[in-house]
Amino acid sequence: MGGGAMTTFLIRRVLQAIIVLIFVTLITMWLIHLVPGGPVVALVGLRATPAQIAYYNHLYGFDQPVWVQYWKWVSQFAQGNFGYSVKNNLSVASEIAQYLPKTLVLVGLGLVVSLIFGIPLGIYQAVKRYTVGDYVLTWVSFLGYATPTFFVGLILIDWFSLKIPLFPSQAPQGTVAQILSQPAALVLPVFCYAFVAYALWSRYMRSSVMDNLVQDYVRTARAKGASERRVLWGHVFRNSLITIVTLLGLSIPTLVAGAIFVEVVFNYPGMGLQFFQAAQNVDFETLMGFTVLATVATVVGNLLADVGYAMLDPRVRYS
Amino acid sequence: MSMVTPPPELPSVGVVPEVPPAGAGAFTPEELELAPSVKPRSLLRRGWEVFAENKLALVSLGVVVFMIGFCFVGPLFYRTDQVHTSLPDYLCHPSASHLLGCNDLGYDLLGRLMVGGQTSLEVGFAAAFVSVLIGTMYGAFSGFIGGPVDALLMRVVDAGLSIPYIMVVIILSVIFHPNTVTMIFVIAVFYWFVVARLIRGETLTLRTREYVQAVKVIGGRKSRAIVRHIVPNSIGTIIVQGTFAVADSILILAGLGFLGLGVSAPATDWGSMLSNGLQYIQSQQNYWWLIYPPGIAIIVTCISFNFIGDALRDAFETRLQRR
Repeated sequence: MGGGAMTTFLIRRVLQAIIVLIFVTLITMWLIHLVPGGPVVALVGLRATPAQIAYYNHLYGFDQPVWVQYWKWVSQFAQGNFGYSVKNNLSVASEIAQYLPKTLVLVGLGLVVSLIFGIPLGIYQAVKRYTVGDYVLTWVSFLGYATPTFFVGLILIDWFSLKIPLFPSQAPQGTVAQILSQPAALVLPVFCYAFVAYALWSRYMRSSVMDNLVQDYVRTARAKGASERRVLWGHVFRNSLITIVTLLGLSIPTLVAGAIFVEVVFNYPGMGLQFFQAAQNVDFETLMGFTVLATVATVVGNLLADVGYAMLDPRVRYS
Repeated sequence: MSMVTPPPELPSVGVVPEVPPAGAGAFTPEELELAPSVKPRSLLRRGWEVFAENKLALVSLGVVVFMIGFCFVGPLFYRTDQVHTSLPDYLCHPSASHLLGCNDLGYDLLGRLMVGGQTSLEVGFAAAFVSVLIGTMYGAFSGFIGGPVDALLMRVVDAGLSIPYIMVVIILSVIFHPNTVTMIFVIAVFYWFVVARLIRGETLTLRTREYVQAVKVIGGRKSRAIVRHIVPNSIGTIIVQGTFAVADSILILAGLGFLGLGVSAPATDWGSMLSNGLQYIQSQQNYWWLIYPPGIAIIVTCISFNFIGDALRDAFETRLQRR
């Protein structure tokens, strides 16, 4: 594959991502306009008087044509102005600055734990496929899919905090440093998060390794006299990791959903809990700001996954 | 049994994508040998035979039938008041009069499990139906038209799938007053994108087939080709996806219920029941009946739908029918 094909692919893929972002902002804008009474009611609350609504309509420019509003809204987002939460008397950008690092701690630790379990066990399942061990682990990951995250959290609290008082049932509070200084309180939220992600990685790893084990290069490696261990770790494992790398980029929505439920169950002070409270308080600015941020992250994640896959896997062709 | 789950663009809830197995679509030597001895049988008949070979799927079907009976017929035999609160029964323990105890408002929990299950199953089935209906039409149209229109329509789908599903569903249930009907809309309005993308892929292969081309040659309209030929021939994908959609919808409704955004009291669903349990599990008392029955009901129902979906996928897979 020449460098030209790769460049063309990159340009096309980035253009696609930009078009997707335009549609995303249009859909989000449409969501705001779905609020009964329009965006102003979303801002000032459902009990505002008509005079107040008219005043704020004019103040925020909601009486202007839709395309003017759209342009203003998008350009504000591009400048990092994600709106202002009247309920919290705080700009959404500063809410994000305050809570995003804490959520990243939870997601990061959860991801690491889930990968530490998911990758080796997925490989084990593929190598020992259709044995008792494989079936047991298959059931575990099936439970991982079908069990709501919050129910996993409730069970963890019931078993490891109430029945056997090993860990606190509440997540640590405070700053990032304070959170990290209380590892015992982090155990249950992190494992709850990891259990759900584990199902994802182990299933992918299993099918990816099984796919790779029947490829020609494995037969070649064996024919050369490479040991089974070398075939598995030197060849199959490295190729299967490509799947995991791209999967990480594609699974941002799943990771976001996990964060919301884990944070609510364990009262973990991150963006997920904040999003939940914004839903309780009908705080549309926070809801929209967080959603647009997560959506942009998803689009960028998908883009990186595609590009990463193209760069890591020389077999990928662009047409 | 293959542990196949829906493809990567699935929204965030619980169910997860899988890489297609190696050599999907190719036949193993054994299958090729067997191929000549095929006797024509009806699609449904062959499908059912493959499905029935999967014992796990049969058990799952039994579980789903039992759940439907439990929720919709059960209340006729186990009569409880699920409208009026009864404070004397506050958090009562399981006993002969209340088989699974009561919650904090004195509602009988077994009866509530039935009533909540009605909501969960109704919304699950209806949301799946709506998503599949819209998604199929959109995907078949987009794939059949092709060209720039298809490219544009698919970017809309990409955009819809880029917004984290749970967030948009939370926003929609904040905007709309939640009851059974609005919940169906809230869940379906962003779920159909998944179906649309799948059916569009299916349509891309189907539209080059001779019988679809023939419609054009003899002067049939595009709508006829889509409705009479493309859609019936993707019925396998549609039904399989519909089954997974039921499981996903039940899970997402449970999630919303847990966040306190589900149907309003005195109506309830399995997720809302769990949300109630969270407060009381923290008090040192062991109120196990508040969380385990609804939690297990959700898991069992969703696993069953996933197994059924897997088995249906095998049953509709023409590759497996050549025997």
